[in-house]
Amino acid sequence: MISTIRKYPNLFAFLLLGIILALVPLQLNNDYILTVMILVGEYTMLTVGLSLLMGYTGQISLGHATFFGIGAYTTAILATRFQISPWFALFAGVLLSSGVAYLLGMLIFRLHGHYLAMATLGMNVIIFLILTQEVEWTGGPSGFRGIPDLPLGSIILSTDTQYYYVIWFFTLIVISLSLNIVNSRVGRAMRALHSSEIAAETIGVDTNLFKLKVFALSAAYSGLAGGLYAVFLGFISPSSFTIGVSIELVVMAVVGGLASIWGAVFGAATVLAIEQWLRTAIKTLIPKASGEHEIIAFGLILMLIMIFMPEGLVTGVSNAIRARLSGHKPGIVQQAGD
Amino acid sequence: MSLQAQILQFLLSGITVGSIYALIALGFVTIYNVTGIINFAQGEFAVYGAFLAISVFQETRLVSGNVQLALDWPLPLAALFGMAITTLIGMLLYRAGIQPARKASVLSMIIITIGAAFVLRGTALLIWGTDPYRLPVFTEGSPLKLFGAILTRQSVWVIAVTGILLAILYWFFNHTLMGKTLRACADNPNAARLMGISPRKMALLAFAISAATSAIAGIVIVPSTFMTYDRGLTLSLKGFVAAIVGGLSNPAGAVLGGVSLGILESFGAGYLSSGYKDAISFIVLFVVLAVRLGGLMRRRAAVVEQAGL
Repeated sequence: MISTIRKYPNLFAFLLLGIILALVPLQLNNDYILTVMILVGEYTMLTVGLSLLMGYTGQISLGHATFFGIGAYTTAILATRFQISPWFALFAGVLLSSGVAYLLGMLIFRLHGHYLAMATLGMNVIIFLILTQEVEWTGGPSGFRGIPDLPLGSIILSTDTQYYYVIWFFTLIVISLSLNIVNSRVGRAMRALHSSEIAAETIGVDTNLFKLKVFALSAAYSGLAGGLYAVFLGFISPSSFTIGVSIELVVMAVVGGLASIWGAVFGAATVLAIEQWLRTAIKTLIPKASGEHEIIAFGLILMLIMIFMPEGLVTGVSNAIRARLSGHKPGIVQQAGD
Repeated sequence: MSLQAQILQFLLSGITVGSIYALIALGFVTIYNVTGIINFAQGEFAVYGAFLAISVFQETRLVSGNVQLALDWPLPLAALFGMAITTLIGMLLYRAGIQPARKASVLSMIIITIGAAFVLRGTALLIWGTDPYRLPVFTEGSPLKLFGAILTRQSVWVIAVTGILLAILYWFFNHTLMGKTLRACADNPNAARLMGISPRKMALLAFAISAATSAIAGIVIVPSTFMTYDRGLTLSLKGFVAAIVGGLSNPAGAVLGGVSLGILESFGAGYLSSGYKDAISFIVLFVVLAVRLGGLMRRRAAVVEQAGL
């Protein structure tokens, strides 16, 4: 048994997660926690995509909410204005997000570092403006109402529990797909790309095409998350697709550790939990507080992790424990020179 | 209003707004040149400059009404106070956030400065709340008329302060020893270190200058527009676009970039669509990046990767 687990750690972890997730609603009679769990599923899809992009190709995206938004609004508009089946609308949202990412990627992936960071931020600003300005199509700042529920066979999904299962079903597909990619030839090429773009190119990796494909894939995940978000809530507004959301996703990816699929799952869950906790904590601390006070904590988390554990919390902590067990103090080697 | 007057009007308001972008862009360039870092918290300095000046100038209730300030300092002193404290915040940012992570990758540095921006914005929210704040205009009086276009007195202040600050910075970088050391550091940190210059001290100085210029930008605009705790991000973005248009490492380019961005925005909002005003700068960014990666005024990039700051 144990040797089998050692041999297939991902498969084992995957099955374990699946079983735990399947049991949660049976043991739980708390709507609030169920809703948070659904959001964790949503954000896991988004974070896994971003983690693939940032961790494996070294490309930053500070505008991933763009694709989340494109998926959500495409699904919403097609399913209501054009009376298309919600499933097809969802699929179209995924395709459009991914297509837009591919086209945008052709333009902006010639850029690196700071330029890319700002270009992706700019992309997010523009999509946000379109969502708020094109009132006829998007409903403007007050949002888009009346998005139909997903039909599944003879039933139409309506309860949170049903959506919980559907959304986590897709999240698990995203996770397993990503695990397979990371552990394949493509994954090795991606890691090569991250450690040295020139070296990767020398051994025959088409770096640009790779970055584009990963970008398009992560946008497809985001589009899927967006579409599911739209049908689950039945209502969407531009405020769910701001730069703030994009940066929240970066926080999740960073907390989990870039370049780690399981880390992304952990990051999404942890950050959402911290966020929920902070909101109530701040309410009791400062009763009159309104607005986004939790960003102080987010900012500190980002800074501290990046300063002390740039490889992310999960990887950083496990490295530190491993080093402690083997008797070496971590960090000494890196800080030897000045 | 005749067409010429209208065009002149757009031009004047564009230059006014553009001056602010130029000041923020200068802050970006100063830090980038010496450290190779893009400071995503740049716009927050403008917010803090304005908020701090306002707090000592007029009666203000802070921390959701728990602290009452009624200092009534004169305006120049209040402005100086805002500038000084913001400068300290800038230096603190370097010491606490940037210096400990000096070996970090570009990606980590971006995330650290974004984190810093969040901390600053959240703290501003905690202290000043969500209310919009404003200073009175620096000098009372009717607006000036120029060939049928109107120029408010505050606009004159904004443009004049930008001009004076530019002159001071030019003099500082070219005619003082400290300025020259800073430039040497930007040019080649390793060689500078061999000459006994401490790149770390120079980086701290760059953060100080950069925070001070942005604080001034915040103080001079706050009589003509309300300041809220969340304005920093927009200011950062516009300033960065201006800096990129100007070539990122070129101070003169940054100013030109800022002013032209302001003018473009003003005409775009006037003739095309005011709703998409904020999109204009990013469309400009995409065009500039697509056409010419080094910005419109390219200068030899500083060798900063191995500075070890």
